[in-house]
Amino acid sequence: MNPFSSGTRLRDMIRAIRACKTAAEERGVVRKECAAIRAAINENDNDYRHRNLAKLMFIHMLGYPTHFGQMECLKLIASAGFPEKRIGYLGLMLLLDERQEVLMLVTNSLKQDLNHSNQYIVGLALCAMGNICSAEMARDLAPEVERLLQFRDPNIRKKAALCSIRIIKKVPELAENFINPAAALLREKHHGVLITGVQLCTELCKASEEALEYFRMKCTEGLVKTLKDLVNSPYAPEYDIAGITDPFLHIRLLKLLRVLGQGDEDASECMNDILAQVATKTESNKNAGNAILYECVATIMSIEDNGGLRVLAINILGRFLSNRDNNIRYVALNMLMRAITVDAQAVQRHRATILECVKDLDASIRKRALELVYVLVNESNVKPLTKELIDYLEVSDQDFKGDLTAKICSLVKKFSPEKIWYIDQMLKVLSEAGNFVKDEVWHAVIVVITNSPDLHGYAVRALYRALQTSADQETLVRVAVWCIGEYGDMLVNNIGMLDVEDPITVTESDAVDIIEIALKHHTSDLTTKAMALIALLKLSSRFPSCSERIKEIVVQYKGSLVLELQQRSIELNSIIAKHQNIRSTLVERMPTLDLLEWEEKQSGSIPNTTGSTPAHASINIPNGVAKPSSAPLVDLLDLNSDDVPAPSSSGGDSFHGLLDIDLSGAPKQSGVNHSPNNGTDALMDLLSTATPTQSRSAISDLLNSGQDNKTPVSPLEVLSSPSSNSIQPTSSAGAIDLLDSFATNSPIQENNGPAYPSVVAFESSNLRIGFNFSKLPGNPQTTIIKATFTNLSPSVYTDFIFQAAVPKFLQLHLEPASGNTLPASGNESITQTLRVTNSQHGKKSLVMRIRIAYKMNNKDVLEEGQINNFPQGL
Amino acid sequence: MGIRFILMVNKQGQTRLAQYYEYLTLEERRALEAEIVRKCLARNEQQCSFVEHRNYKIVYRRYASLFFLVGVDNDENELAILEFIHLLVETMDRHFGNVCELDIMFHLEKAHFMLEEMVMNGCIVETSKTNILAPIQLMDKTY
Repeated sequence: MNPFSSGTRLRDMIRAIRACKTAAEERGVVRKECAAIRAAINENDNDYRHRNLAKLMFIHMLGYPTHFGQMECLKLIASAGFPEKRIGYLGLMLLLDERQEVLMLVTNSLKQDLNHSNQYIVGLALCAMGNICSAEMARDLAPEVERLLQFRDPNIRKKAALCSIRIIKKVPELAENFINPAAALLREKHHGVLITGVQLCTELCKASEEALEYFRMKCTEGLVKTLKDLVNSPYAPEYDIAGITDPFLHIRLLKLLRVLGQGDEDASECMNDILAQVATKTESNKNAGNAILYECVATIMSIEDNGGLRVLAINILGRFLSNRDNNIRYVALNMLMRAITVDAQAVQRHRATILECVKDLDASIRKRALELVYVLVNESNVKPLTKELIDYLEVSDQDFKGDLTAKICSLVKKFSPEKIWYIDQMLKVLSEAGNFVKDEVWHAVIVVITNSPDLHGYAVRALYRALQTSADQETLVRVAVWCIGEYGDMLVNNIGMLDVEDPITVTESDAVDIIEIALKHHTSDLTTKAMALIALLKLSSRFPSCSERIKEIVVQYKGSLVLELQQRSIELNSIIAKHQNIRSTLVERMPTLDLLEWEEKQSGSIPNTTGSTPAHASINIPNGVAKPSSAPLVDLLDLNSDDVPAPSSSGGDSFHGLLDIDLSGAPKQSGVNHSPNNGTDALMDLLSTATPTQSRSAISDLLNSGQDNKTPVSPLEVLSSPSSNSIQPTSSAGAIDLLDSFATNSPIQENNGPAYPSVVAFESSNLRIGFNFSKLPGNPQTTIIKATFTNLSPSVYTDFIFQAAVPKFLQLHLEPASGNTLPASGNESITQTLRVTNSQHGKKSLVMRIRIAYKMNNKDVLEEGQINNFPQGL
Repeated sequence: MGIRFILMVNKQGQTRLAQYYEYLTLEERRALEAEIVRKCLARNEQQCSFVEHRNYKIVYRRYASLFFLVGVDNDENELAILEFIHLLVETMDRHFGNVCELDIMFHLEKAHFMLEEMVMNGCIVETSKTNILAPIQLMDKTY
């Protein structure tokens, strides 16, 4: 029977699959078929092998795994008949992956078939080899293929030529063996042999300098003549497309001439006439003709200079550009991109047309045109071009805005003639497409603003105005919030007015309003909110009349579920409420950011940031993990230049953690990122970034050294010791406690409910844990436990962690501990608050399992226990 | 090589023929086909036939309900590939007589044999329809 007339069962399977209404149904049919095929494979069924393989190819096309059929291909290839071999080779090309061991098995069959007496079988083997052969196979079989390049039948020669391409790609050192036979192919008349021979020569030129020289010397003239004959050939029905004989061969020939002419004057000279003929004589009303013209222009642009030809080529592109067919316009834009390196002036002439293409309805054309405009911009035309692009930004598609914004920002940065223009343009972009602006771009805007002292007032007023209309553009909000925080006084008092500005009346409370809106806006993310909090702190000092109101706004975030905001709120609140004396120095205006340093840092980090999401970048950059050595670790907005006015010299740097606004989106994650750092890196990071825990310990130390002389630990010492660089959240409570301890009294203690006796919950030879109990009035289910940990041994404990677990009917909430270092011999203790809610209050009493981990003399110690001695009624 | 893959997809987005000239895993192929189909099928008649995708281009052409999509390197002549798609369709037309989606589905191996005679390892083998179809017709006669 004929295996290719699709035996009924292959047809049936395809029908069954077509009839499937759902993907699940299709999977079912395929699963059944695959099972049947596997069974047939196991039985070594010979009669249906080809049909099974045909089915597998269909299943493979649908995207299901078919690896179990691979060996069947090999069996079919090894069988004697042509039909079996044919389907076997097809299966080999489709189903086999690059697992060499399976592929190696076929080498022997291939070798036999390459030497087969039936030329069709030789053709099959060549085709399979050309498509899938590996480097080893290429080495083994190269002599056979070389021989077949001189085979009597042209249909074998053409396939051998393409097979040779595969061989030299896999094993470039074999290239020289193919130079002579390839050159011989160029003299053939058969179009198939000629087109494959030309492609082989092109590849050889790429693979070997020697081949390039050889073909340049020996074949350029011959190729020119071949092309001339082809161009002038009479009507050849078999190869005719729209009145042109074999445009594909035209194009391949032009491509090879391009390779030969590039960088060689003689070869270029030799092909001038024919290129001119092709460029002028080719019909341009059909696609085939345009394809040839397009290739011809590419060749003219690449070979050595000939003024006349270049003019011809640019004119063709001009015609293409004004064509109504979008395909033609697309290739014109594509080619102008290459032409710009050759003749920028000529391309500039088409600027207006290209700019129109940026606004085309077709995304492919827009993209090409934008790339082209990008390279067309220079100092002299940046202003009008940028204006056009920014105007278009308003009306462009959402999915094009990202590309467009990035390009505009880059252009403005590169060519801006003056700072005020830069600020104006960037404000327009931020207001129009702020959500598409990358982090480094809006950071740069801030850097530039700080570097233009005479424009501070102008910028902050312009930002204030922009914010009125574009409050939904996140990055605009951030820049505006930052600037209002810094230069709020200039906004309110119209300081530094330029002639071009209209005066505006903004009251102090208006300025606070706008920050409050940014803080509370539903689209604002963590970074924006945190920046807004810092801006409020700054304004509280700049606008004493609003201080009370700002405090109220800040306090609202004390209960925020976002750790970072909660902490900032508590810290800032403390500063506003209790540290009036240092506040004004603390929030002084940022020093000018070092533009050079910033740019250096950007160029250093670009490989890391491009392609990553903004959130990701903001984690990577400040941590210094992504670029450990080269770039300075100073984060833009965290400003650790030495000349920062600081309340105390030792703690000054640490305080910048507080002022830092470049939050990592995920505080935990960035904390973890620190662990592989060595000591100095960790220190640098502490100073440059504010992961919550670290800024916390820094502040606590600062306040320690500033206010409490009993602990003469320099912050730097603490910071540089690895243990204090802890990433556990427990250490973060220190600052809060410290700050709170300056308050007159704690509100919690006032509200204590009925008293319960304290207990010693756990005692070992090294450690004692005492529990104090209290209850909130009106909530008998919840018990607040204050745990006190006391070190009974003569050694200091570091990295102290307390963990607790309770049964299901209880809910446990652990507050951060007061510290993680426990001095020796009960000198001081750590306290930690636990909140337990008993859902079975009155029926069951509390019970708890605990585990304590710490380091004693640098050795890890783990203690565990169970607490059953809770007082009744909790 | 210039051609990376050739896909035939119906207007529902179902693959009807897929030939890759570079190795991709099953998952990669499925993802690629889904992405390309989503990108190309959404475009209208007036838009150009070229779509940039990842680091290469897709040249596509629609014939009735069937899309022919060819993935090519960036320096390939897009217009020539467009012409090549037409040659492929004409060749199939000559063999099947007004080729349709079902012809390709039910004669998948034959469609592949034709393609094999036209493209090998991403390069063009032959541009004469007679030469392309000769081995296939010979086979039909013999068996």
